[in-house]
Amino acid sequence: MHFRQGQVIDGFTLEEQMPSGGMASLWRARHPDLDVTAVLKIPFLDPGQDVSVVIGYEVEELVLKRLSGPHVPRYIRSGDLAETPYIAMEFVEGESLAKLARNAPLSPDEVALIGAKVAVALASLHAQEVAHLDLKPENVILAERGAVLLDFGLSRHAGLPDLLGEESRVPMGSAAYIAPEQVLGDRSDPASDIFALGGILYLLATGELPFDFPSTTAGMKRRLYHAPKPPSAINPKVPAWLETIIRKCLEVDRGRRYADAARVAFDLRHPDQVVITKPQPRRSSWDRIVSAFQKRDDRQLTGAPTSRRREAGPALILAAVDLAGGTDPLAQAVRAETARLVAARPDSRLACLTVLKTELIGEDSRADDAGRSAYIRRLVMLKDWAHPLGLPEERVSYHVVEAVSAADAIIRYAEHNQIGHIVIGARGASAVRRHLGSVSSKVVAQAGCSVTVVRLAMLEEAVEP
Amino acid sequence: MRIAVLADIHANREAFDAVREAVAAEAPDKIVIAGDIVGYGADPTYAVEIAADYAARGAHVVLGNHDQAAVEERRGMTENARAAILWTREQLSQEHRAFLAGLPMTITDQDRLYVHASADEPGRWRYVHDAQAAAPSFEATPAQLIICGHTHIPAVFYSRPGRPPVAFRPLDNQPAPLMTTRRHLVVVGSVGQPRDGNPAACFALVDLRERSVTMHRVPYDAETAARKVLSAGLPPSLAARLVAGR
Repeated sequence: MHFRQGQVIDGFTLEEQMPSGGMASLWRARHPDLDVTAVLKIPFLDPGQDVSVVIGYEVEELVLKRLSGPHVPRYIRSGDLAETPYIAMEFVEGESLAKLARNAPLSPDEVALIGAKVAVALASLHAQEVAHLDLKPENVILAERGAVLLDFGLSRHAGLPDLLGEESRVPMGSAAYIAPEQVLGDRSDPASDIFALGGILYLLATGELPFDFPSTTAGMKRRLYHAPKPPSAINPKVPAWLETIIRKCLEVDRGRRYADAARVAFDLRHPDQVVITKPQPRRSSWDRIVSAFQKRDDRQLTGAPTSRRREAGPALILAAVDLAGGTDPLAQAVRAETARLVAARPDSRLACLTVLKTELIGEDSRADDAGRSAYIRRLVMLKDWAHPLGLPEERVSYHVVEAVSAADAIIRYAEHNQIGHIVIGARGASAVRRHLGSVSSKVVAQAGCSVTVVRLAMLEEAVEP
Repeated sequence: MRIAVLADIHANREAFDAVREAVAAEAPDKIVIAGDIVGYGADPTYAVEIAADYAARGAHVVLGNHDQAAVEERRGMTENARAAILWTREQLSQEHRAFLAGLPMTITDQDRLYVHASADEPGRWRYVHDAQAAAPSFEATPAQLIICGHTHIPAVFYSRPGRPPVAFRPLDNQPAPLMTTRRHLVVVGSVGQPRDGNPAACFALVDLRERSVTMHRVPYDAETAARKVLSAGLPPSLAARLVAGR
């Protein structure tokens, strides 16, 4: 079917054809009832067309209309398959990551900045029970509101039928980025997107693809047995922390891969806190010859699905502790509660945060020596507070934040870092506190995640005058 | 248009009452009972009377294999099912039997077909438990939406011409899509004897405008229903499975 500029479909006037892949034509379009520019995605449904085109259209329609938030284009409506099938969605202004990737290798800072944006978008998608399963630079737009993910034709919604997976046993995805478990037919793990993100980071950091473009299933399976060249071997400017993050994304064994996109974003934003790890020693050529003759189940190589780790507990925990009075009983109780939460999941990470109150906005108390030493004193106290938790350095970070409002600082930190759970203490209810409102009640009211409020059992003599 | 479908009530008064209340709260446009009103449970007369009352008020009611076995001699039932049916026959009056005997195997309403088991040969009571078993139903009828029960395990099958159907296990209380591009076979979970591991009673709500089907789960007093099965002298395993949901 051919479409032309100016043609009207269901009230949408086609304005300009946009570049697209082989599955559909894309048109920028206007509708008199809409205040935004739309994109019409019209699938090529000619007879003889691959069956995956029809199913891809069905899947995208099912999934996109259920998604919300800044990291996907807003779904507008879809057309009747019997008339003209199309999906109308919001046109997202921004730069394609594919275009940016042409300038690769980029500086490590740029790679981290872009990578964190994509990771945040993935975290939002995964929170809505959707795995994209075709993440590649062509499907990412860097917009003012963050990274926006496109093309849900291969995606999988955990609460919807998997029309594609049931239809085909051939691995579907982009050869350069497809995750090893996806090659083996597993379409249920959001960590497959994290593998693809690792491929994107690799490309941005080195200018090369980790696995190039195999055209056969056997070619795609190679990534199960052969790790890509270390990025620093291609671009010596790739720092060890970035190489570590990329390697953890590209782990074949999902038990060793990041299980949460929010963790990838956190690491990319805090390079100084990435604990450098060395790759597993390569298997000797003798081992490889032996294993080539052994019967093996490839699925063992890709490990257990990551869902169990996510179900065990939050990946990122924030303990907000008030140390103005030292490690008092309430601070100890906050620590005990934090210990329980951290123990639920061995690969979780704890951010310890304490607020150093300043009186004025913009006052730079750290500029003078007194302020500097107050900051250091508090940092030492915070580390001392966390020490009994016995967490290894890759699982814990320390943040002394200077702020006028402790609650605002905690909420801001949690939001920016996709924190999954906040632990905070609450003092007894004094008249003043009831009047002004407590820090914990504001955090509870405004945080976008779960909050545990820790309170000491009130002794009778403490409340009576 | 919203259609509530109740299947496999199996003479479970407690489950039936809980589901009736939940259905009334949804105020559907149509009610369908997809067979097996009796069998297994301790309250066959109550279940038949309520079903007859629904039918009198315009509900579609189709025959199930246990309903049939309660009114005529059948072979090929499991030992427990057979024991329960022999007991059930003694409970039912002539009037109850007449109601069951008068139920049709299938009912077609516009492009929708209601049947208790597989739609290809309804009287053979074949289970639709996977995509392969769903295919003959799609071949047997041009209906856009086929609705059945019989397996006690909720499922939705999506069909496209020339392709094997796609199976989906719908999540409890979450709408599963009905697609403009497909025909569908919905296997409704059981009101009175769930077997999918969740002992809560199940009924389906089909929403044709929203194009979805939702398996509503209704917790009910399964312990009482189980106790009554034991008191009636029915096989104890029929009581135990109500509490376990298996």
